[in-house]
Amino acid sequence: MAASRNISVSEASRPVLPRHAKLKFDETRQRWVILAPERVLAPDEIAVEVLQLCDGVRSVGQIVDQLAEKYAAERGAIATDVVAMLQDLADKGFLTEAREKTS
Amino acid sequence: MSPTLTDAHQAASDPSDGLAVLEQRGSTAETFGIPLAVLAELTHRCPLQCPYCSNPIELDRGGSELTTEEWKKVLAELAEIGVLQIHFSGGEPTARKDLVELVQHASDVGLYSNLITSAVLLTREKLSALADAGLCHVQISFQGNEPVVADRVAGLKNAHARKLEVAKWVRELDMPLTVNAVMHRQNLHQLPDIIQMAVDLDADRLEVANVQYYGWALKNRAALMPTMQQIEETSRLVEQAQARLKGVLAIDYVVPDYYALRPKKCMGGWGRQFFNISPAGKILPCHAAETITGLEFLSVRSNHSIAWIWQNSEAFNRYRGTGWMPEPCQSCAFKEVDFGGCRCQAFALTGDAGNTDPACTLSPMHEQIFRMAETEAAGNNSRFIYRNFSGGTLETGGEHGA
Repeated sequence: MAASRNISVSEASRPVLPRHAKLKFDETRQRWVILAPERVLAPDEIAVEVLQLCDGVRSVGQIVDQLAEKYAAERGAIATDVVAMLQDLADKGFLTEAREKTS
Repeated sequence: MSPTLTDAHQAASDPSDGLAVLEQRGSTAETFGIPLAVLAELTHRCPLQCPYCSNPIELDRGGSELTTEEWKKVLAELAEIGVLQIHFSGGEPTARKDLVELVQHASDVGLYSNLITSAVLLTREKLSALADAGLCHVQISFQGNEPVVADRVAGLKNAHARKLEVAKWVRELDMPLTVNAVMHRQNLHQLPDIIQMAVDLDADRLEVANVQYYGWALKNRAALMPTMQQIEETSRLVEQAQARLKGVLAIDYVVPDYYALRPKKCMGGWGRQFFNISPAGKILPCHAAETITGLEFLSVRSNHSIAWIWQNSEAFNRYRGTGWMPEPCQSCAFKEVDFGGCRCQAFALTGDAGNTDPACTLSPMHEQIFRMAETEAAGNNSRFIYRNFSGGTLETGGEHGA
């Protein structure tokens, strides 16, 4: 389990939300939320789009490529923002990395 | 593009780190949507006898508890009106034989479930069944870092060893773990070891919660009240550990408000963002609210909906917002910051829940209370009055704990 701690997000990371962090659309408040232990986080539209791409298969680099293409935006700026947001989530313990299959 | 996350529970955060606070977003004292999270006290029964228990002195008997079907109906209603998280608490929630069924039902209706437990009644099999039912997070209370102090405070032999075992199972089952450590004069010296214990248990989060003094804790204040030196040392230790363990262990810190200059924003303000449901089904603004006499709290067994009780009942509206406030609160610049502090504490210490919380330096009672705390902390009364259904039992030495 200790491997899930102290994640350093880079473009090579393949992040995924752990079981205890649930991305969900809140019908009552009409907004996306992340449900986490005794906390509710409210990601904005772009954070939601990033998190929906975090499937443990795509790398952060691939996610950035996809967003840069979609928004015809400068890749470097997007990479900085995406890594910062994911690192923030990781520091709070609400992001994990896909584990290598060693079997 | 600048993706941000907003935290709905934190009182404050630095916008420069990409986080803001949902609760402050367009929120004023007069607006109150349905809470994001609700505390369900399934039972007041508990194998532990902690002298600072947050349950009322008048405990609900087993026979008055809501039935399985009643709780299931409540859970469905909560999800329907927009509650997102349920905290199963008590007493000891695992004393309910239907806990797995209730967790499963919470999952079925879309609620995120937290279990707040003393852990001593859990088997690995039971914990595994709870995980399968969709339990999302487990919080275990610890009374110390080793059995001599911990079992004595809990008033139960072998409690500490069992907690350690259950905590390991929680992580083996890949559920996030919070260690809740309630701190007071007789265990604050163990704080560094408690922090290390939480790291060793691979906990995600540690709550260092100084005792809040109402109900059972008020009865035991002389035996529990820390000294000012202890509090200063504690704050220093927590700050150091928070910096050292960033990304490894999150540490939440609750200071004892007797030693604060301003009162805590209790429950985020009365009836603003939280309610709990007592074992017998009463909807309460906080778990200690029944200590305030003269307020009538409505039950889920009444013919009102939960949303109606939250929005319209007299008890919720009595101290909601800022309109009820007397001076010095009414003209205070901080009235929408702390909402006048804690109503239960104001009632317990001044006899009127509508007074300024004496934890505030602006309260005319503050000096007197602070001096009393210092005197009690310096005294040598360390015997506990243990929590039970008969109004408490004085510690006799040797028979409790290890």
